[in-house]
Amino acid sequence: MKEFTYKINDEIGIHARPAGNLAKIAKESECDVTISSKGKNADLKKIFSVLSLAVKCGDEIKITVDGRDEAETAEKIKKYLTEKL
Amino acid sequence: MDILQGVCASGGIAVGRIKVIKDESKPAQKRTIQNVPAEIERLKNAVEITKEQIGKLYEKTLESATEEEAEIFQIHIMMLEDGSLTECCESIIYEQSVNAEYAVTEAADILSAALLDTKDDYMMGRTTDIEDIKNELLSALSGEGNKLNSEMFLEENTVIFAHDLTPSQTVRLDKNKIAAFVTEQGTKNSHAAILARTMKIPSIIGVGNCINNIINGEECIVNGEEGTVFISPDEKAKSDFNKQMANIEQREQALLKLKGKPSITKNGKRIKLYANIGSIEDLKKVTDNDAEGIGLFRSEFLYIGRHELPDEETQFKAYKKVLEYMQGKETIIRTLDIGADKTAECLKQTKEENPAMGYRGIRMCLDNKEIFTAQLRALLRASVYGKLSIMFPMIVSKEEVITAIKMVEDIKCCLKEDNIPYDENIKIGIMIETPAAALISDELAPLVDFFSIGTNDLVQYTLACDRQNHKVDNIYNQSHSAVLQLIKTTCHNAHTSGIWVGICGEMAADTNMTETLLELGADELSVSPSYVLPVRERIINSGGNHA
Repeated sequence: MKEFTYKINDEIGIHARPAGNLAKIAKESECDVTISSKGKNADLKKIFSVLSLAVKCGDEIKITVDGRDEAETAEKIKKYLTEKL
Repeated sequence: MDILQGVCASGGIAVGRIKVIKDESKPAQKRTIQNVPAEIERLKNAVEITKEQIGKLYEKTLESATEEEAEIFQIHIMMLEDGSLTECCESIIYEQSVNAEYAVTEAADILSAALLDTKDDYMMGRTTDIEDIKNELLSALSGEGNKLNSEMFLEENTVIFAHDLTPSQTVRLDKNKIAAFVTEQGTKNSHAAILARTMKIPSIIGVGNCINNIINGEECIVNGEEGTVFISPDEKAKSDFNKQMANIEQREQALLKLKGKPSITKNGKRIKLYANIGSIEDLKKVTDNDAEGIGLFRSEFLYIGRHELPDEETQFKAYKKVLEYMQGKETIIRTLDIGADKTAECLKQTKEENPAMGYRGIRMCLDNKEIFTAQLRALLRASVYGKLSIMFPMIVSKEEVITAIKMVEDIKCCLKEDNIPYDENIKIGIMIETPAAALISDELAPLVDFFSIGTNDLVQYTLACDRQNHKVDNIYNQSHSAVLQLIKTTCHNAHTSGIWVGICGEMAADTNMTETLLELGADELSVSPSYVLPVRERIINSGGNHA
């Protein structure tokens, strides 16, 4: 299992487009991916789930990746977050 | 004449004839069905058809608009592929043995409820997207299809009225014929609002129930900034509109004439003509209006509307963005000045009788050194990305200035120890916005690199007149001799110490005062972006003063 935290810097937070792109990365992997924020969890593969967390600028999120290609997936997600959010 | 009041989602003014777009969706009939697997198949087929349709909408939008506007349809497809919606529909069909139409409606409601629960503007606005997808699915299920690709006929200068506008509805509209959007509901981040801003036409949201009382073809004036709609405008409304249009045209002419020209008086004195802004979104206005720098960047936007304090890293990234955008042009960021008419949840402020003269500005920061340190560190770290100057607000004493500057020096030492770079030449200035500061400006000038006179507060405190109390509007006089004397003294003391002095209050934007301010000795004027060019015109035509 791989875990890491990240602080969102994008002014709008996790809006529809990044939620969609993160979901894509998660779905392409063979892992279970969870995103947690402010005490609530959501399945990163589900856009609506992620959107209802309403993650904003300055919020800290925790990503948990569990599965065969967890190291690779965690890296991809981290890269996306750092570049886009 | 009827007047509707809403909220501005996109600025500008327009006049046109009304066209109401009615919501034609009918509530789905609930039917019990025997063959559940067949119904699930039906649903799956509808989903595939809908994805195809939305794909076509995406292509079509790309043809006539930007990637950004078309993007929403890609997001719709993502939402369909997501599984949340379709899984929810399927379970409803399984559990209740009902028809797909009913399941789709139920599922859409459930997902919308979750988004509404966040009480977040942006998320709540996405319920419109769910509504859109739901309608597309229902349309596919009913076999009607292709309704989406039919375009609606519009007259020139149409003002669109609707309860809410979904992306699919807006795609069917001929953009060239639209003068403005008015919706009963909607959010600032809705597709229609974003579209309006891209098209640079006014859009007003939240006017409330009105569609049922409006007739197609009626003339109407839309004032984006004010959020007001005048239906069947009377003579006064029409003449106001014409005046505003004339102003806008004048401004546009000025733009052509004065953009790129230096702000030099007839006497040859170069004046720094900067802009006042309060958010990252406003940065574009600074360059659009050809301001030579930012004379006042209100940093409160980082604190307002947040549950938690913005930490050093968040602030650093924001300041860095600003400096990089400004590409080396002087950028003066004012440190936190919360209080008076601005409040921030994360600062846990207590209610004050008199916030304008209360716990705010530098006094609040010096009493909360941790918060202040975080801001100063972020500013210093960001300073290597441009030409940053820092300005302290609400100064009333020498001690405040000395303490604040010492904090900056201490932070510089800490950064140096940790090998974190900062701009060694960073300039520190203070706001002269209290009578006290103006009167002791001779003692303050040697301590800092520049002054910026905040005339709004200065006038308020000098004339003992609350600028938010309309009952005393007639007392609030920017050109009162007491105020002008304080400005003159401040400028004189600044120059005696060899530092520059600027003006960043509303007075700086008053073109009737430009000549006076320059005569009093102002070296810099910082104004709201749309006033930069009009003020430049005044500067160029002023005698100026070499004092």
